[in-house]
Amino acid sequence: MKKIATRQGFGEEIVALGKEDNGIYVVDVDIGKSCKTTDFAKQLPNQHVNVGIAEQNAAGVAAGLATCGKTPFVVTYAVFGSLRMCEMIRQEIAYTNLNVKIACSHGGLTPANDGASHQAIEDMGVLRTIPNMTVIMPADYVAAKKLVRAAATTYGPMFLRFTRDNIPVIYDEDVVLEIGKAHQIQDGKDVAIIANGDTVCLAIEAAKKLAEEGLSARVLDMHTIKPLDVEAVKACVNDIGKIVTVEDHNILNGLGSAVCEVVAEMGAGKVKRIGVQDQFGESAPYERLMAKNGITIENIVAQAKALQ
Amino acid sequence: MKNTSVAELKNIAKDLRKKAVTMIYEAQSGHPGGSLSAADFVTACYFREMNVDPKNPKWEDRDRFVLSKGHVCPIQYAALGTLGYFPEEELHTLRQEGSHLQGHPNMKCPGIDIATGSLGQGLACAVGMALAGKRDGKKYRVFSAVGDGECQEGEIWEACQTAYKYQLDNLIVFVDNNNLQIDGTTDEVMPNIDLGDKFAAFGFDVYRIDGNDMQQIVDTFERIKMRHNGKPKCIFAQTVKGKGVSYMENVGSWHGVAPNKEEYEQAMKELEEGF
Ligand SMILES: Cc1ncc(C[n+]2csc(CCOP(=O)(O)OP(=O)(O)O)c2C)c(N)n1
Ligand SMILES: [Mg+2]
Repeated sequence: MKKIATRQGFGEEIVALGKEDNGIYVVDVDIGKSCKTTDFAKQLPNQHVNVGIAEQNAAGVAAGLATCGKTPFVVTYAVFGSLRMCEMIRQEIAYTNLNVKIACSHGGLTPANDGASHQAIEDMGVLRTIPNMTVIMPADYVAAKKLVRAAATTYGPMFLRFTRDNIPVIYDEDVVLEIGKAHQIQDGKDVAIIANGDTVCLAIEAAKKLAEEGLSARVLDMHTIKPLDVEAVKACVNDIGKIVTVEDHNILNGLGSAVCEVVAEMGAGKVKRIGVQDQFGESAPYERLMAKNGITIENIVAQAKALQ
Repeated sequence: MKNTSVAELKNIAKDLRKKAVTMIYEAQSGHPGGSLSAADFVTACYFREMNVDPKNPKWEDRDRFVLSKGHVCPIQYAALGTLGYFPEEELHTLRQEGSHLQGHPNMKCPGIDIATGSLGQGLACAVGMALAGKRDGKKYRVFSAVGDGECQEGEIWEACQTAYKYQLDNLIVFVDNNNLQIDGTTDEVMPNIDLGDKFAAFGFDVYRIDGNDMQQIVDTFERIKMRHNGKPKCIFAQTVKGKGVSYMENVGSWHGVAPNKEEYEQAMKELEEGF
């Protein structure tokens, strides 16, 4: 299977978008090279700003640009684009409901070698609690392109999270993805596996394994955790009643929590959450970090069976 | 504090450079350029100027070292391993699972006084350490290395304000002015104009030196020792990113890339012969 980092999809699509619309800006913070905006900077210098290593300033500059009708993408690593800029996002971007997109590489455990300082495990959860924010993590290279395009053409503050490392390409070019709508990859009746980002490919593999054991799984790519596709979650509860959530993020306040909120209020259905076990990562191979947190095909299968 | 001669220090710096590049080569990941530009300062701190005890890394009266530009930790790890803060063999475990030597410094590593890696934050922590020293009437000093790109972070200047207000003449900030960051030269990405002037305007005593000249570093430390005037100290050092490895010198793309086998062998040869 072909593997490409989703930051690559972002980097390519943002150039196309910038050419179509000269209001699309990129605000870089000296990591354009690793976040894949070098082509944008070269080809569209009038729509490009590099404010240096100054993320908080970048958030404010983007807000200012947005008040003047631009659609700026602030491009950084997920740790900095959520936590370093956090209050600036809240005050100047979300409270003001401006059309600023925070586009982040190095989501989750994917900057594996760099260690805990660079691994964003809280970002989506933190951003999810800020009113007006939309929070998205595409599942592959194709989805990254589609959702970046959707973000650019949909009004409002948004946080997009990409992988540093290569992950399998799971979608065909003609897949249709809509912000705020879960994408059903396959249907099933014994368990629903709801995943996002780099764990969707694990969910698909787990579903195959379960099928071998006679269990059929519905697999949902919940690329948008806010606004959450509440109807899709409700349908999982009503149709199946057993849900496993999978995410490359702390199990607190991310996809699993969002799903549990819906399920708890319904007063029906059971959920098992798979994700980072509320612990910091370390420098290690990505697969090892995922395994240490039980974010594996085997564990998805085990949790799905435990619900039966 | 030790009376290590400049000639000896130069030899140690050569050794630490080789170790840092070896670590990055073995890990096939890490930041060689900024490790090499800061190597001479790190050497002079650990092998001459600082009052530390490798066998007692948490000793209350020790001098502190804060690598605010935390991505260049291989050069600090090399110093710590050589001094025996941990077994020197551990230098072969950079960025490996379970190692003390994380991709960016963390508190589990003996000799690391504060975790860094997110730029702009270390200097404020150094200020806190220096402030505690003043309040407690301690004699220790705090040494910190910051990058020139890093100085674009606002928190650096917030820290400087605090250092001036509290008269932290026990704080010595080394500005590694190699004029390179990731997306280009510092002049291209975000002109710093003159960081020496900026630190002076924030109330620091500023010493302008060649930061890859061991004699000048040592002389500056001697001058700093004479000045207890309530002002924090800034060593504004012109340095060469990648110093000592010809193909890395002043080449931005060697910021965060590991050498391959051939490049590594050439680096070892040049470092051995060049100094
Ligand atoms: C807050 C933050 N933003 C971005 C980065 C990514 N980053 C790592 S090193 C670097 C460039 C640093 O340049 P400089 O401070 O000049 O260091 P040196 O040239 O000495 O390596 C950047 C942007 C980071 N580590 N922390
Ligand atoms: Mg620099």
